[in-house]
Formats: sequence, C-alpha cells, structure tokens
Amino acid sequence: MSLNLKKGVSKQSAYNLRDPNLDYEAAHTLSIIVDNESGVLARVIGLFSGRGYNIDSLTVAEVDPNGHKSRITIVTTGTPKVVNQIKAQLNRMVPVHEVIDLTLKGKAVQRELAIFKVVGNGNHRVESLRLADVFRAKVVDSTLKSFTFELTGTSEKIDAFAELMVPLGLKEIARTGIVALLRGDNSN
Amino acid sequence: MKQANKITGAEIVIKALIEQGVDTVFGYPGGAILPIYDELFQQKKIKHILVRHEQAATHAAEGYARSTGKIGVVFVTSGPGATNSVTGLTDALMDSVPIVVISGQVPTFMIGNDAFQEADTVGITRPCTKHNWLVKDTEKLAATIHKAFEVAGGGRPGPVLVDVPKDVQFASGHYTKKKDVDTTFIKKEPAIDLNMLDEVIDRLELAERPIVYSGGGVINSGQSAVHSLRNLVAGTNFPITSTLLGLGSYPASGKNWLGMLGMHGTYEANMSMHGCDFMLCVGARFDDRITGRIDAFSPDSYKVHIDIDPSSVNKNITVDAPLIGDVSNVLNSLNKRWKERGSKVNQKKLSAWWQSINDWKKVKSLSYESSSNVIKPQYAIERLEELTKPYNRFVSTEVGQHQMWAAQFMGFEEPNRWMTSGGLGTMGYGFPASIGIQIAHPKSLVINVAGEASWLMNMQELGTAVQYRLPVKQFILNNERLGMVRQWQELLHGERYSHSWSDALPDFVKLAEAYGIKGIRCESPDKLDDSIREMIEYPGPVIFDCLVEKHENCFPMIPSGKAHNEMILGEQTEENSISDDGAVLV
Ligand SMILES: Cc1ncc(C[n+]2csc(CCOP(=O)(O)OP(=O)(O)O)c2C)c(N)n1
Ligand SMILES: [Mg+2]
Repeated sequence: MSLNLKKGVSKQSAYNLRDPNLDYEAAHTLSIIVDNESGVLARVIGLFSGRGYNIDSLTVAEVDPNGHKSRITIVTTGTPKVVNQIKAQLNRMVPVHEVIDLTLKGKAVQRELAIFKVVGNGNHRVESLRLADVFRAKVVDSTLKSFTFELTGTSEKIDAFAELMVPLGLKEIARTGIVALLRGDNSN
Repeated sequence: MKQANKITGAEIVIKALIEQGVDTVFGYPGGAILPIYDELFQQKKIKHILVRHEQAATHAAEGYARSTGKIGVVFVTSGPGATNSVTGLTDALMDSVPIVVISGQVPTFMIGNDAFQEADTVGITRPCTKHNWLVKDTEKLAATIHKAFEVAGGGRPGPVLVDVPKDVQFASGHYTKKKDVDTTFIKKEPAIDLNMLDEVIDRLELAERPIVYSGGGVINSGQSAVHSLRNLVAGTNFPITSTLLGLGSYPASGKNWLGMLGMHGTYEANMSMHGCDFMLCVGARFDDRITGRIDAFSPDSYKVHIDIDPSSVNKNITVDAPLIGDVSNVLNSLNKRWKERGSKVNQKKLSAWWQSINDWKKVKSLSYESSSNVIKPQYAIERLEELTKPYNRFVSTEVGQHQMWAAQFMGFEEPNRWMTSGGLGTMGYGFPASIGIQIAHPKSLVINVAGEASWLMNMQELGTAVQYRLPVKQFILNNERLGMVRQWQELLHGERYSHSWSDALPDFVKLAEAYGIKGIRCESPDKLDDSIREMIEYPGPVIFDCLVEKHENCFPMIPSGKAHNEMILGEQTEENSISDDGAVLV
C-alpha cells in the first residue's frame, strides 16, 4: 500500500476527473419533436448550455399546428459518448416526444436559407449577378447600387457563395440555420 | 361569483392535492399565495406545517418523502419565497426525491413588469426541476397539478414546480379529476432486453470476483426491489456494497455486507470494486464520489448497470451491459431467469474471492485512536448507534465529516431510514429533514446527526420543532470547525486553514432553553452514554452539543482524482495485514 500523497502537498487539481481517453468528435444533426409550449426552446437550449454541449446550428418552428408540435433541428458536435448523452438527456424532458439522430439514421436532406446584401457598382455588380445565376440564387430586392439575394442549399453551398461575394461587396448576411429531414418514404 | 360546477383556482389546488392523497404540506405564506392559504384555512384534510424559511420547507418535504416513499408537498409565495426553494429543488433533483412545490406568482397581467415580489420562477427553477409549469388558465390548473404529481413520482423521481398567478387562484374554473387527465406524456418504460439479460447471467454464473454495488434507485423503486436485491445476494452469496444513498437496501447486519463504498467507503468495499471481474450496479449512477479516478476505475470488470434512467448509463463509466428499467422489474426478471437456468455460480472461485475480501476486512479501515479524556467523533457515533439501534429509528444528517462518520458507523437494516444530502451535499439539510420525517412518523425516534456549522444554516427551524411539538433530536458533533473543509485544507492545501473555523458559536444549551426545549452538553467520554440516554428519553426536542476532538480526520479517504486502490487509511489501521499476494491480486 503506497500512500504517496504527502501531507500538505497538492499534486493535482482535486477535480480533474475527466476521461482523458476522449473519442473522436463528429457533427450530428438531431431532429427533436416537442410540444409547442412556452419555454420549451429555453429548456432545450438550457440543457445544452448547462451541460456544456455544443450547438452549431439551431432552428425551430411549429410543424403540426393541430397537435401543437414543433420540430427543433440542432446540429451538435461531440464524441459518440457525448452525443448519446445528449439524446438521453433530451429524451428525459417532459415536452420532448422524439429525438431522431439524422446522422445515424441514414441520409438526410439538409438545407439552409440565406439572404445576402451585396453593394457595389460596375463590374462587381455584373459579376455578383452572374455568380448568383450560377448558384441559382434569386434576386429578391435591388437598388441602383445593391442586390439582395436569396439562396437555399446546403450550408457548404451558402458558405461558398458568401466567400465569393466578399470581394464583390458583401455587406450583410442572414442565415436560418439548418432544417433537415430523412430521405426516403418513411417518416422518422 | 360562482357558476355551476366551477370553483376558484385556490379551491382547485386544495381539491387536487386531496385527490392525490396529500395529508401534509410544508410551507410559508405571502401575498401571491394568499388565496390558497385561505382555502387551506377552511378545510381539515390537509395539515400545514409552517416552517421558518422556505428552504427548510423543501428539505422537510424531502425528509417526509424519503422516509415514507410518498410525494412531499410545499407551498411558497412568489419572488423570495420561490427563490428560497431553489436549493431544496436542486437537492431533490440530484438525489431523485419526489417533491411538488406550488408557488404563488404575481397576477398574469403583471407578469414581466417587475411587479412587487415578481421573479421568473419557472425560468429560475427550470434547470433544477424535472419539469415546471406556469399555469395561466384556471381551467388547466387541476390537470397540471395531477400531471405534476405524475412527473414527480414517475420514472426516476424528482422535484417539480407549479407556478400559480394570483388571478388564476381567484378566477373560477372546472375541476378535472385525476383519471380524466391525458397521460400520454408519460414516457413508457422500455421492455427488458432479454438477450442482454441472458448475457448478463452467462457472466454472473462464471464470475470469479463478483460484486453488487447498489444505490438509492433500489430504495426509490420500493420494497419489492429491496426484496429482490436481498434475494439475489442471498442466492448468489455475492458480496454487496452500497452508495451513501443506498444504505439500508441491504441490511448492515447481513453477512455479505462490505459497508459503504466511495471516497470515505471501507477498504474492503473499494478494493472489491477495484479488483472485481463482475460488477452489478443496481440503481446507482457511478458518481465521482464513488468512482474516484475514472480511468483507473475497476479496470478488469464486466459491468452491468440496472437503471430506470437511460441518461445515467454510460455517462461517467462505460458499461458492458445496460439493463434499462425499474430496478424491481429488472431484478425480478434477473432472479427468475437465473433460477430457471439452475441458480449457478462459480462456487470455487467465489470462495477464493471471499478469502481476499476477508483479508481486506482485517485492515479494519474504520479503526481510530480512542481516547479517555476527549470524545472522539467516531466514538460518539458508535455509542449513538448502540444506544438508539433498538428503537424504531430514523436518521438524517447534515453535510461534512459527521455525515461520513454516521454513514460509516451507523447500521441500517431497512430502507427509508437514512436521509442525507448526497448529490448536492447541502449543509442545512438535516434539521428540516428531521422535521419532515418526524411529521411522517410521529411515534418514532428521529435523530439528526449534525455538524455545528451545518446545523446553524437552518437553526431557525427550532421554531417549527417547538410549535408542532416534534421531539427531534439534534445530535451535534461540535468540533468548532468546518471539519471537512479543514480536513481538505490539511491534506491538500498545505495546512492553511482558510476560514474553516466555527467562531462565535452560540451556547447550544442556552439556545435550547431560549426555545423552551432541552439542551444537553457532553464533553467527556464517560458521561456520553448517560447523556445520550437522557436525550432519547426526553419527550421533546433536544439539542445535544457533543464536544468532540477538533482535529480528527475522516478516513479512509480516496483523494479526488485518485483510484480506489490509492486510498489513504487512518493511522490506526492494520496495514500490514494485507499480504503481498492480496495487493497483487488487485
Ligand atoms: C451550503 C453549503 N455550503 C458549503 C459547503 C461546503 N462544505 C462541505 S462540508 C463543510 C463543513 C461542514 O462543517 P460542519 O457542519 O461543522 O461539519 P463537520 O465537517 O465539522 O463534521 C462545508 C463548508 C456545503 N457542503 N454546503
Ligand atoms: Mg464541525
């Protein structure tokens, strides 16, 4: 029996209990069906912030007005152990009906909508319009000096378009965050 | 202005509680809950206990709940009343105690205007309840209260809060009966995984070094779970240890009992956990006080985890076989299937395992140096145990060294007899908890084993004890120190005793007298037995000021971040009795 803790000596923080063998992290898209009642979003977000989980993207809207159900789509990043914890913790909540891990369930359609305001003139203006065409972005508003584009697609596509618009006068951008559904004919 | 079939919101609250079988409410009135108190005044079925601080109401409700298996109920007013309940709610959440708090709120039309005594109660208590509700419509009040009881008591139990604005209490609405409430929100327990069950039994039958590690979930699950656990241990002859909250699920006098495990657990319990090859965790959650260093926790075992809450599984420790479900259901199935398969165990290896365990027991890890001129705290608890054991006894504790000594030196033969704040470690829990316990068990001997510092945190409850003639015994191990803090400072902070004194203590005997109750001071070991007897025999509340050795440390101790086999033992233990072979085995 070695009692190698010397009196009065602190070798380590008393609280370093975390598992050092952390697994690899991956992004997961979770689709959460909840009762559309006041405070439900605060509960879900509070769970993430309170337990130190990541939220990379979050969207919410009522999807079943008769049943008062909303769908929350959250993209989170974590090790498999953490993601399992997140799902178990979500499932514990009273207003949560279903938690679907779209990343594990198979292929999912994931889309985001973004609005870009691009201000410029001359060549820049022409070029932005040409690129918008390539990306199938719609012009939803314009002035003599600006275009406002609407673009729907994967987050990567929106990132790519945003990057191209920067040198052409991108002034503002608004994004919805990801919404997603499983592909195929079965509902979740 | 009553309409047909309609009653006021306040009447609905009382009616719903009565339908839920509530006989006792702990609370404190104020402006926003006055209509409910008015109804309370006009009925006879529910007894209200006026505490002296809302935190105490929540702990009293916890004591009531844990000693009866029923749901504890609390009334508080809005604002400060509600915020004072936060510690108790959090405590109940951590220790899975079912309580329902009903809070008054400012009228709906004033919410959000920083009205007098307005607080965002559902916002504040969201993370410290299983669920909470703000009821804005009297028509929904009854159903919400029934749901609240369903959520508090269902699955893994816990605290809930229902916030009721004052205008909702005044307005009229229809009463909804419990049976008419839509219960589709209740999460169904999954069916037991039978393949997994068989795999577990495969391992159980072959286990060479098994251990059962039980927790508070067994007690929460109820008598049938306790029964099944005891049957399993008796049938297999496996050794069993338990968490702080699980004490009493297996009798301390039982022959397979190894004592509590964890940070201040016995040597034999922790060494068995470390060295086992088959671990059956029943209704416990691998809390950090139990596991010590995670990466060194029981390295060679096949781990089975029986728990009703899937989020407890693989949270801290990755297990091999999760069996999700109510402990009583899962254990019943396990016992049944194991018997069907011939009740087999690996007898030969099991005997060898018991041999090593018995060697570990010889270390006598709970030994301490005795003294004839000063009362050792361990000795005080030993004597208290000896002299109170024959009684129909319930014990609560505060938090600190005294709590650990009580866990180590008191023995519990039955569940629901030991109430302590485990997960949150709330100083100030024990005194109000003892009040709740005594209310539920008026004829029993209820003792709060306290530290002087913790006890001061809710000492205002003397008023409650006196008012309701509750003969609770406050057994204070007075070391004039925040003993547990002092111990950590000695061992981990270079003996720099930063603010860990209990200075300016009251004269506890005079304090008792000021309330017209009995105070007893004892400072010499040879008077201890007589003093304890005097405490037991006195027919009212007693403050027992037991002056103990001030610098005693609580051992054994696994320092945080250390493994089970890196335990520090006290100086009196018989270290040499561990053979080298025994040390190699783990
Ligand atoms: C509300 C609260 N504040 C602080 C702590 C930290 N703490 C844990 S034990 C302890 C000392 C308790 O002193 P006492 O009640 O006299 O018990 P002893 O350890 O001396 O037996 C403290 C301050 C706590 N657990 N709870
Ligand atoms: Mg003390």
